[in-house]
Amino acid sequence: MIEQNLSLLLVAIPLLAAPIVATLPRGKLPWLFTLSVSWVCLGLAIWQLWLVTDGRIISYELGGWAPPWGIEYRIDAVNAFVALIVAGIAAVALPYALRSVEQEIPLQQTPLFYTAFLLCLTGLLGITLTGDVFNLFVFLEISSLSSYALISMGRQRRALTAAYQYLIMGTIGATFLLIGIGLIYAETGSLNMMDLSVRLPATFEHRTIHTAFAFIVVGVGLKLAMFPLHVWLPNAYTYAPSVISVFLSATATKVAVYVMLRMVFTVFSGSFTQDTPTGNMFMVLGIGGVLVASVYAVYQRDAKRLLAYSSVAQVGYMVLGIAFGTALGLTATLVHMFNHALMKGALFMAIGALVYRLGSSQIDAFNGLGRQMPWTFAALFIAGLSLIGVPGTAGFISKWYLVLAALEKSNWIAAIVILAGSLFAVIYMWKLVEALFFRSAPQSDAAVKEAPLSLLVPMWLLVVANLYFGFNTQLTVGIAQTAVNILRALPQ
Amino acid sequence: MDYILGHYNYWMVILLMMLGFYTVVSQGNLIKKIAGLNIFQTSVFLLYISIGNVKHGTTPIVAEGFTQYSNPLPHVLILTAIVVGVATTALGLALIIRIKEAYGSVEEDDIHNQDQSL
Repeated sequence: MIEQNLSLLLVAIPLLAAPIVATLPRGKLPWLFTLSVSWVCLGLAIWQLWLVTDGRIISYELGGWAPPWGIEYRIDAVNAFVALIVAGIAAVALPYALRSVEQEIPLQQTPLFYTAFLLCLTGLLGITLTGDVFNLFVFLEISSLSSYALISMGRQRRALTAAYQYLIMGTIGATFLLIGIGLIYAETGSLNMMDLSVRLPATFEHRTIHTAFAFIVVGVGLKLAMFPLHVWLPNAYTYAPSVISVFLSATATKVAVYVMLRMVFTVFSGSFTQDTPTGNMFMVLGIGGVLVASVYAVYQRDAKRLLAYSSVAQVGYMVLGIAFGTALGLTATLVHMFNHALMKGALFMAIGALVYRLGSSQIDAFNGLGRQMPWTFAALFIAGLSLIGVPGTAGFISKWYLVLAALEKSNWIAAIVILAGSLFAVIYMWKLVEALFFRSAPQSDAAVKEAPLSLLVPMWLLVVANLYFGFNTQLTVGIAQTAVNILRALPQ
Repeated sequence: MDYILGHYNYWMVILLMMLGFYTVVSQGNLIKKIAGLNIFQTSVFLLYISIGNVKHGTTPIVAEGFTQYSNPLPHVLILTAIVVGVATTALGLALIIRIKEAYGSVEEDDIHNQDQSL
């Protein structure tokens, strides 16, 4: 019974839990309820992934209406994998949330904060699971609207302007997607992704389809912060509450990358993308993103903003993988989605722990804290190594596949850019390490205590995962390869 | 001439889309930006409704003597998109109220200057 309705439950449980949380009394209860919901979701997501790892496909007909008329939830290795990333990060971020939210969010707002968090989780999971393009738009807006609200709850007033800026750009992106979907519907009369992949090739010559494709790529590009459409991201991640920076940086852009993969490879097709200038465009924008965002990251004085720019650069790597369009390239993109969620989650958690003790995320304020908060510093250091791509960490695996993909295509420029991006990562991570460890702490202040255990445990969980998936690639690469076969096996 | 008149809806869609989008990009006033965003979204609603129209089709209600109906699906879709638009506008305006409280201004330049002078 549960297994049949697994995919729907994954969306329905957080959706139904959200209004319940809003009515709970202030205190720990809303957090506890949200935590249990997110753990249930993680369990379901693992179960779901286990069902589809062998390449099987689950098709769920919403309300018993057969596709292509009804809405279909279509689960294969690709979206089960992304759903696991989302549910997993939510499940790890919530234990971290308790202390951090207590400090950053006024008490009377906490039930609403967790309501918005659950709605955001619903939206992100919904995007990954649905097989209907219009349904995807609706879930995209659910997750976006709740994330605007979450970002605006940051402590500084600039959180408000950051949320507003994100709202304007996010809405433009979503509306572009809506225009694209409308044009596709006008041409084919269908909204089901699988149905579209069959019907669209007949109309590939039409200018309407080219227009629709352009709108969709730009619209989704805005959502995934593809350079140069990334300007909303640094402010949003810098001023958001710490937990939200952790959650969004690890999930929101990944889900948008997934949408791009689905649109480009399933709804349209890889060959169509290669026929249009899109493939080259992805290549140029990916390279531009890696280089420009990395340079920006080096010059930041705020640690959270530094990590945000680094996120834009990492998205650039994923876009490069899409640009290659080969099995290796897509494997690299999918694996990097997973690994980047682990490393950025851990890094933002470490910075969040420093903010918890200091109330500031300025790098200058961190001087000498590495000795006073050794566990936080060690977590930041290891996650930083993973971000750079040092062998033995998860980051190395995805960079390795990406470089292989570049070499396979004899694309030397891309290969050099990928390595240059790692060098820049060394520089900007070194800025943090230098401040934390090699500068002396200001004398006057009393010693800063290590972060509380409820912040350290989730942080170290992600750090250990970073190391574990650096050695054991069976799970990530194996699933990614199954997923890539599904993406590429469609009628090209 | 027929081409122009026959596609009247679509010309309006394009006009409104450009007007709205230009307003969002060019205006420095936060409320005007939201207004522009609304016009932009409305143009897309019009686009969907126009797509649903079937030549010589009637309102999609089953009745005797009528065999050709307009396509109701785009209308239903756009009902959802209108709800999303309302939610976005509400959230945007709520944020503007909070920004006004925090900065005492709804002009982008003004807010930017206040942040820089810190």
